[in-house]
This record gives sequence, structure tokens and C-alpha cells, in this order.
Amino acid sequence: MSAVLQNLVNQPYKHGFVTDIESEVAPKGLSEETIHLISAKKNEPEWLLDFRLRAYQKWLTMSEPDWQNVHYPKIDFQSISYYAAPKPKEKLSSMDEVDPELIRTFEKLGVPMHERAALAGVAVDVVFDSVSVATTYKEKLAEVGIIFCSISEAVQKHPELIKQYLGTVVPVGDNFFAALNSAVFTDGSFCYIPKGVKCPMDLSTYFRINTEGSGQFERTLVIAEEGASVSYLEGCTAPQFDTNQLHAAVVELIALDNADIKYSTVQNWYAGDENGIGGIYNFVTKRGLAKGVNSRISWTQVETGSAITWKYPSCILRGDNSVGEFYSVAVTNHLQQADTGTKMIHLGKNTRSTIVSKGISAGRSNSSYRGLVRINPTADNARNFSQCDSMLVGDQSGAHTFPYIQVRNNSAKVEHEASTSKIGEDQLFYFAQRGIDAEEAVSMIVNGFCKEVFQQLPMEFAVEATKLLSFKLEGSVG
Amino acid sequence: MINQNSQTILNVKNLHANTDGTEILKGINLTVKSGEIHAIMGLNGSGKSTFAKVLAGHPDYTVTQGNVQFEQQDLLAMNSEERAQAGIFLAFQYPIEIPGVANNQFLRLAYNTVQSKRGNEELDPLEFDDFVREKMKLLEMNPDFLDRSVNEGFSGGEKKRNEILQMALLEPKLGILDETDSGLDIDALKIVAKGVNHLSNKDNAMIMITHYQRLLDHIVPDYVHVMESGRIIKTGGKELALELEKHGYDWLHSHQQNNAGVSA
Repeated sequence: MSAVLQNLVNQPYKHGFVTDIESEVAPKGLSEETIHLISAKKNEPEWLLDFRLRAYQKWLTMSEPDWQNVHYPKIDFQSISYYAAPKPKEKLSSMDEVDPELIRTFEKLGVPMHERAALAGVAVDVVFDSVSVATTYKEKLAEVGIIFCSISEAVQKHPELIKQYLGTVVPVGDNFFAALNSAVFTDGSFCYIPKGVKCPMDLSTYFRINTEGSGQFERTLVIAEEGASVSYLEGCTAPQFDTNQLHAAVVELIALDNADIKYSTVQNWYAGDENGIGGIYNFVTKRGLAKGVNSRISWTQVETGSAITWKYPSCILRGDNSVGEFYSVAVTNHLQQADTGTKMIHLGKNTRSTIVSKGISAGRSNSSYRGLVRINPTADNARNFSQCDSMLVGDQSGAHTFPYIQVRNNSAKVEHEASTSKIGEDQLFYFAQRGIDAEEAVSMIVNGFCKEVFQQLPMEFAVEATKLLSFKLEGSVG
Repeated sequence: MINQNSQTILNVKNLHANTDGTEILKGINLTVKSGEIHAIMGLNGSGKSTFAKVLAGHPDYTVTQGNVQFEQQDLLAMNSEERAQAGIFLAFQYPIEIPGVANNQFLRLAYNTVQSKRGNEELDPLEFDDFVREKMKLLEMNPDFLDRSVNEGFSGGEKKRNEILQMALLEPKLGILDETDSGLDIDALKIVAKGVNHLSNKDNAMIMITHYQRLLDHIVPDYVHVMESGRIIKTGGKELALELEKHGYDWLHSHQQNNAGVSA
């Protein structure tokens, strides 16, 4: 059994509410019974159970990917609990009992957890471990026909939509972790914007892994009908445990004719300590289908947490004139590893994609950009612009770029630019000689480096991301 | 200018410093009083720039002996940002480029950090904009330079003007100009010199490190020091620079030897 993950199961939770949690945690291990149990717990229709079982059968035939530039001990999937549902009341009151280090962390970030959910003018779905505990502004959104709820609720109330779209962008057997997710996903957010509706407020999902020993497998599905538009935000945190936890989510976006989906993530899962002990394995599949003409899918991500990040938010540009965008900042410190990037698959005519990736590596960490730009024969006059910039802080970190470009249409125009820079002692001395200390200097340099990506974030997220980065790199120099 | 009521700003005694185990400074003694302008000359490798960096607290250098008083404080006990906040300013020989950081942001952060440490009011972005534009006129700088990244793609002259602009903003007690004249054409040199002269007053002091007399035509020093092998080997008035210009550094050696011969 994996040394890292063997303690991941059913350990008494450190902070007091063991009994209540235990009653809701599924026995460790993955089998058809586990899937039956999850499906029954959620009172799911037969077709969804079939979907899960198909995924499980597929998953059994697959092997864990090993091509990514990250290193970790083999995960023992039989040592993970696939369902954890602490009772909402206890969870919320338990905030006081969470590791004080975490509370301090949030205070330092200026992002108290309670306020997060109460951000004015943003509708929030809060997912705690395996279940969605609250969704705000539901009624107000319903007035304009927008459905925003947990995916479990959507399965009950809008089964036709789920049946129509679930697994159409990320098929059950797409990849090892997506198959696993399809088999065991427990909750997540669902969002449906009807024809012609511009969503009047930002929608937000706030994910939190709370229970030690559980994996989190959430599923998000966003559908924008013809002419609809929505801006979706996703935030993630997890408390600090010495064990690694697996987070394998799937996000599917579907944009029909003239629809526009903007999906922003600020990921701050627990990253492990400075010796690389603990932290989240963030193995996530995110993909958007720009299905209709003139549709647009835009991903913005700020990845600061997780011991390991493995994610490639992608766009399939099927509609003519559709647009795909990927703006990313990935920060690693200490012993963190990130292998992240995107895929832009051009199928329609006059499709355009933009990739702006900024990787910052500090400490002994390693950060890789991995991206695919594929222009299919049908994609006349497709265009892509990619820019991958890496910044090294100190002299023990690593930055890598793996761009894959496949062009099968002569009318395509594909550009790739890359740069590597380093925050060196001379720069810091220059700041110091002007009275500015190293922390502030690094923060200023890094924020300057990430400017193009932060500009894409909604205001409050941009502010948070800026703070997060300064905090993240504190102590990484000198 | 030398005046009777001046205060001692800097007092360097027997300063030794090394880098990577090699001793570069081998016993420097220097006193600088308010209102004075000092020039330090000498051949490449004589330790002039090292002296400047050691005063500013560059982490590559280790002081092994001696002490430095700056305004009655122990300078060597302070880290480099504390020295800057206390009023030491180094105009870099090779100003560093900082891509992605706009000059106005950088200047305002430096200004506000230093001001708040000195117990003065900070300026908000609008107030600062007015303030910095006023200072830029002195150095005949194009306002668009505020939006460009710090020193990135600047010409040699622009970089040096930017250094003097920062000195104008931070109002140091002691300005150290490390070969500010190198890489400047004569017009840029005049503008920079005008800026320095404007900033020089009875309460502060300047140390100029240079190879050439031509800078000293525009900024007239009260004292000229000649460095060799990590020590100041000769000190004189402004006419010493003229002599050096005429005869070269070798002259100094033969001259010294002759002197030595005479006194013996």
C-alpha cells in the first residue's frame, strides 16, 4: 500500500467531530458496490448508475498516466474513501475548530471563509467534501430562467438536461482520472443559461475538501444556450493535513451559437509543507466545447496550491468563428509540482485561440507548461497565438515548456512565443537600494509578470489573486 | 561647497571588504561633510565601484575590518533597504532592467516606502503623478517613460537620467554616483550634471566615481581622491583631477616616488 496514501482512510478527524463524519463516510475502496452505494445515497435514476458503471468498467482497463513531468508515489485507489458527507450544520460551526494555522492563513490572505460565501452580488454554490451545502441567489436567477444548483439537485429536478449533456465534452473514458471521476463523482455545480440570457451576476462555486481521508470528485456542467453569456468563478481551499488527498474533478462547458462562457479559477488547495509533506493531488480534466458559431470559451486560472497540479483546461472549437482562450498563472514553491497548460482543437472555419501562460517557480519546485494546438483539415483560416513565459525565483527551481503544434491545414497561422526570466540578486539589490525590501520587490515583479492574466479576472478575484501570490512567495527569496 | 558649520555625514575608517575570498578594499579612510562634493578617481579595478556597493550594502561583499558612521549611526549594522531609507542613495553604473513593472509604480513604491520610514506623508497615485512630472522636467524626460517598464529598452542616457530622477525623488543625505557619466553623450551629460547640481545643497553630500575630468567640468568637486589597490592613495582639490587628466595615473606614482625621495 502506498506509504503516502495509506493513512488517507477513515482516520479520526483531528478537530473534534469524528462521530458525525464517520457515519457519512463510505468504506474505503472502489468497486461496483461503492458505485451502487453512491448512486443509492443520491437517489439517482437508473441511467446515471449505468453511466457510472460504464465509466468504472472503462477505468479498470486504463492505467494511470505517466507522461507528465511530475513525480509521486503510486496512488492506491483502494485506500481512498469515495464518499464523505459531513452534516452541513456541523461543518459550518466547525470552522472554529479547523487548524488555527489555516484560519491565520486566511486572515493573512484577507479572505475569511465566511466572507467568501457572502461576496456581494455573486451567487455561490458551496461544495464541502462530497456534497453541495448551499447555493445562494437561486430564486433571483430563476426569475430569468437561469438554473444554478448542485449537480445532485439538477439530476433530480432537470434530468433531461443532465442526460443530454453529461459526458458529451469529456466522455467517460476520456482519460484515467476523468473515468474515475465519472464513476464516483459525488457533487459539483450545474449551471444552465437559457437562450439569449446574459447572466446578471457572476456565478461562483467554492470547493472545499474538509475531511481527511476522502478524495474529492466533483463534477461541474455549464451550458450556455444560443446567445447566452455567463462568467463563472471557482475557488478552492483545503485544510492542512500531513497526508496527500486526491482531487479529480471534471468540468464540462458547452457554448451554443453566439454564446459566451468565461470560467475563472483561483486554486489554492493545501500545497504541502516546505518539506513536501501533505498537500492535494489536483488531477483535473476541464474542457469546453465551443459548439455553435461565434461562440466563445475563455479559461482563466490562477494555480497556486496543490502538491501536484495536472490540468489542461481545453477548448474544442467546433463552431465556425468560435474563439478559445486560456490565461494561466501557475505558481509553485517549496516542493510543489505543476504540469499544466491547455489544448486548443480547431475544427471550425475562422476559429481563433489565444494562450497566455505564466509560470513562476520558487524554492525547489518545478513548473511545466504543456500545451497542444491542433488545426484540423476542416479549420480553414484558423489562428492561434501562444505565449509562454517562465520566471524562476532563486536557483533551485525549474521551469519547462512542452508545446505541441499540429497543423493540418495550410491556411492556418500559428504563433508561439516563449521566454524565461529570473528574479536575480541584482534586481533585488536595485529595489533594496531604493528602500524596498525583498518580499515587496518579488511581489511587484511577479505581479508585473502576471498582469496580462490578472486583467482577465473579475475584479474581486484579481484582488485576491494578487494577494495570494504575494503571500505564496513570501520567504521564497533571501 | 565647504563651509564651517557643516556636519559630518559619512565617516569611513580603515574599511576592508572582500568578495569570494578576495580582498578588494584594503583600508579606506574618508570623511564627508554636508555641503561637500567628493570625486573618487582611479584605474579600473582599483576598488571604486566596490566601495560604492559596500556603502550601499550589496550582499556580494563582506566587510572584514573597519567601521562606517553615517549620520551618527553604524552603517554596517543596517541592511541595504535600511541604508536607503536612512538616506544613502546609489546611482548605479549599470541600472537594472525590471520587465513588467511600470516605472511610475516602481518610483511611487520607492518614494512612499522611504517617506513613510522617515515619518513623512505618502502620496496617492494622482498626487505622485504631479510630483514626479515636476521632477522629470528638471531632467528633460519624456512623460511616456513613466508607463514603460523600469529601465527596459532604455538608452544609456535614459537609464542614467532615471537614476538621477530617483535621487531627486528620494532626497538622500548622501548621493553616490557610480560612473554616472559613462555612456553619456555630451548633451545628456549636461542634463545629468544640471540635475545633480540642482540637488546638491548645504545639507547633503555627493560622492562621484568617475574616470574622466569632463564630468568634473560640470559638477565641480571640493575634493578629489585617487584610489589604487583598494586604498585612497592621494587626496587633493579639484586641480588634482586636472593634473591627472594631463599626466595620467603613472604620473602620480613617479610624483609620489619623487616626493618620497625628497622627504627621505
